[in-house]
Amino acid sequence: MSSSSSASAPLHLAVALDGTGWHPASWREPVARPRELFTAAYWADLVTEAEHGLIDFVTFEDGLGPQSSHFLEPDERTDQVRGRLDAVLVASRVAPLTRHIGLVPTVVATHTEPFHISKATATLDHVSAGRAGLRVQIDARPNEAAHFGRRTIPRIEAYDSPAAQDLVVDLFDEAADYVEVVRRLWDSWEDDAEIREVATGRFIDRDKLHYIDFEGRHFSVKGPSITPRPPQGQPVVTALAHQTVPYRLVARQADVGYVTPHDTDQARAIVAEIRAEQAVAGRADQPLHVLGDLVVFLDDDQAGARARRERLEALAGEPYTSDARIFTGTPVQLADLLEELAEGGLTGFRLRPAVADHDLPKITRGLVPELQRRGRFRHAYEADTLRGLLGLDRPANRFAAA
Amino acid sequence: MSKRQKQIHLAAHFPGVNNTTVWSDPAAGSHIEFSSFAHFAKTAERAKFDFLFLAEGLRLREQGGKIYDLDVVGRPDTFTVLAALAAVTDRLGLTGTINSTFNEPYEVARQFASLDHLSGGRSAWNVVTSWDAFTGENFRRGGFLPQEERYSRAEEFLTTANELFDSWYGDEILADQATGTFLRDAKAGAFVHRGRHFDIHGRFNVPRSPQGRPVIFQAGDSDEGREFAASSADAIFSRYATLKEGQAFYTDVKARLAKYGRAHDQLLILPAATFVLGDTDEEAAELAREVRRAQVSGATALKHLEFVWNRDLSSYDPDGPLPDIDPNVSAEHISRGRAQVRMYRDPLAIAREWRELAAANKWSIRDLVIETGNRQNFVGAPATVARTINEFVQADAGDGFILVPHITPGGLDVFADKVVPLLQEQGVFRADYEGTTLRDHLGLTHPDEARTDRVAS
Repeated sequence: MSSSSSASAPLHLAVALDGTGWHPASWREPVARPRELFTAAYWADLVTEAEHGLIDFVTFEDGLGPQSSHFLEPDERTDQVRGRLDAVLVASRVAPLTRHIGLVPTVVATHTEPFHISKATATLDHVSAGRAGLRVQIDARPNEAAHFGRRTIPRIEAYDSPAAQDLVVDLFDEAADYVEVVRRLWDSWEDDAEIREVATGRFIDRDKLHYIDFEGRHFSVKGPSITPRPPQGQPVVTALAHQTVPYRLVARQADVGYVTPHDTDQARAIVAEIRAEQAVAGRADQPLHVLGDLVVFLDDDQAGARARRERLEALAGEPYTSDARIFTGTPVQLADLLEELAEGGLTGFRLRPAVADHDLPKITRGLVPELQRRGRFRHAYEADTLRGLLGLDRPANRFAAA
Repeated sequence: MSKRQKQIHLAAHFPGVNNTTVWSDPAAGSHIEFSSFAHFAKTAERAKFDFLFLAEGLRLREQGGKIYDLDVVGRPDTFTVLAALAAVTDRLGLTGTINSTFNEPYEVARQFASLDHLSGGRSAWNVVTSWDAFTGENFRRGGFLPQEERYSRAEEFLTTANELFDSWYGDEILADQATGTFLRDAKAGAFVHRGRHFDIHGRFNVPRSPQGRPVIFQAGDSDEGREFAASSADAIFSRYATLKEGQAFYTDVKARLAKYGRAHDQLLILPAATFVLGDTDEEAAELAREVRRAQVSGATALKHLEFVWNRDLSSYDPDGPLPDIDPNVSAEHISRGRAQVRMYRDPLAIAREWRELAAANKWSIRDLVIETGNRQNFVGAPATVARTINEFVQADAGDGFILVPHITPGGLDVFADKVVPLLQEQGVFRADYEGTTLRDHLGLTHPDEARTDRVAS
């Protein structure tokens, strides 16, 4: 069964955290704290605020190079936030300070080791007692490949340009292999592998540890993991997708996909495409959430939200554009829009606060109560794990004898 | 009383995946759950220890072609645990072992710089190297590195990581909301490294962290390893915790510092040390014997004998005599993923020696492994252990010790409660933290103090 929306189904809400917010001038808002971006307290504040609002999970953006205003190449701008901390470590740093909210750091498949990321997210799941996920991302920036010096990435204009298709397909295929390895490693220990049998002196039953023997075009990985199976069995795998190639990654390997429809018809078309790919991948019976991504400028009155967006655009010196639809208005209007978009088959949304310290509290203290009034959002955390919050069962281990 | 007494440094090694750790003890807890790590770290911080130490292994050990199952198996990811521990501690240093062979400098530098930010300046990196294809089977590169190149790569890895840490100076982030200048320098983080092992360039994306660079540990014991430490490390995690061996190692390594233009106190020597405490020395000695028997079960004794014999000895009785047959010196080694077996360079001679020892003392296989294996370094009543540790440090067998308890996670508690107060009373161990960073605790200078590389702009 695919996770599907119905007129009354509660929505899932995630919040995407990125620096001081998603608008490039967000750091200049009086409420913003750009000097605290590299402190643990800043991230703890944001995640705690999201948890107060009963949000399903937060995502942490990341990248293996400085942020840039150009899509696929670096810039030398000094008027925007540059620099960030490792997302897995930020998530782990806030895990002991929170109890219910899911923690989903971004990981870059193109340049990192699936073995390391598998044990890191498994450990995040142990540290958070079952609240870990990951958001897998490819990296097509030639300058970031040069940070590693192991492969050369040709320059392309955009992911969806015709010339780029071979590269994009290759990077996403590699990402799919990467997730496959990460998932097999999570399962490489059966849940009851640790036996501590004093009589025989055996700490583990080694028959319950498994080599994963993955052989792919870009890497091969033997296994088993050094880290026992995480509490959720399989932490939640997520990916952002804008076109057919990444939709396929979502359909093949993810539990949650983020998509960027600008209206309900687009949402419906995207969901249909992902569901079709899901069937092709033989996963039609598995739950897969498709969440709509939106950038949000939220204020108590629409004029205020517009004025704030205009002020930020003036500071930035250019109109704000995004891959995702940009919403500017009140929590009530946003609730209307989310309900409308959900008609297209989305099971929830990942909201990108334009200004973290302004729009996140508007989500938790404005939008959430409004959705609760409408019967579309939880009144209390109903589960202890992220899979539980997303209505995903704890999966059986693929290596365990039936 | 002419010379001022040295101050002792103390650290806590989370119990590891060898037979030092007694998982069969009823008090033994989880090696994976975060609550164990939090308990251990909080105990160390309560006792004002310098830092906590996590080891790492990137492939589960095998013996005779099967995953070794007699010791603790499995551990969490080093970085991820340390970041979480930063949330439940305030001053304790957080030292992680990270392999330089199966990682890339850009990613590791990001992780350590991030950990240093997230802990307010408490991170340290124990740089280790490996070359084995066995571990390489878990990684993109595979077993790519000839053994003789592992230190050359490790050195270049550390050099490159330092270049990345140093690519930010610490004053680039202006974040002036009025003028709209976030970065003072458009090229903040720019780096170029062209070397034999790494040819990389671009921009590092983590601003300078509180400590500038993580504190650098080195653990290798070979001549190359000692040179690497003398040239590049802030501290050594050594194996020599006895008085004589400790002094010899200390003298050897400290003597190597001069040729790198480094002062005597710029490299700390911290041997790993085990301990058993009792109310009296006699009680502790008895307890130590029990711990050794728990550490070396009959099954473990046979497996340890196989390290030397290099053949399957499972048909032997661990309570019986040593095997008559000689070690197998021709085949590939029976044990994989374990550094210890490299210590046995002449198995035939060791086998002869052990047979003689066993015959002379009427030892069974298990007795022999217990007696020839690693005994606890400090055994006694708290006053005895405190006095011995202090004597060793004042006699330059080390600058302190990295203590390895045998019980997870509570094995450090009694040391914290009984021994530390005695060291504090003697004025040789801090009564409270004086600084906030690990560099402060270890008395190391901040790398910024020595920076002269900035071009005036």
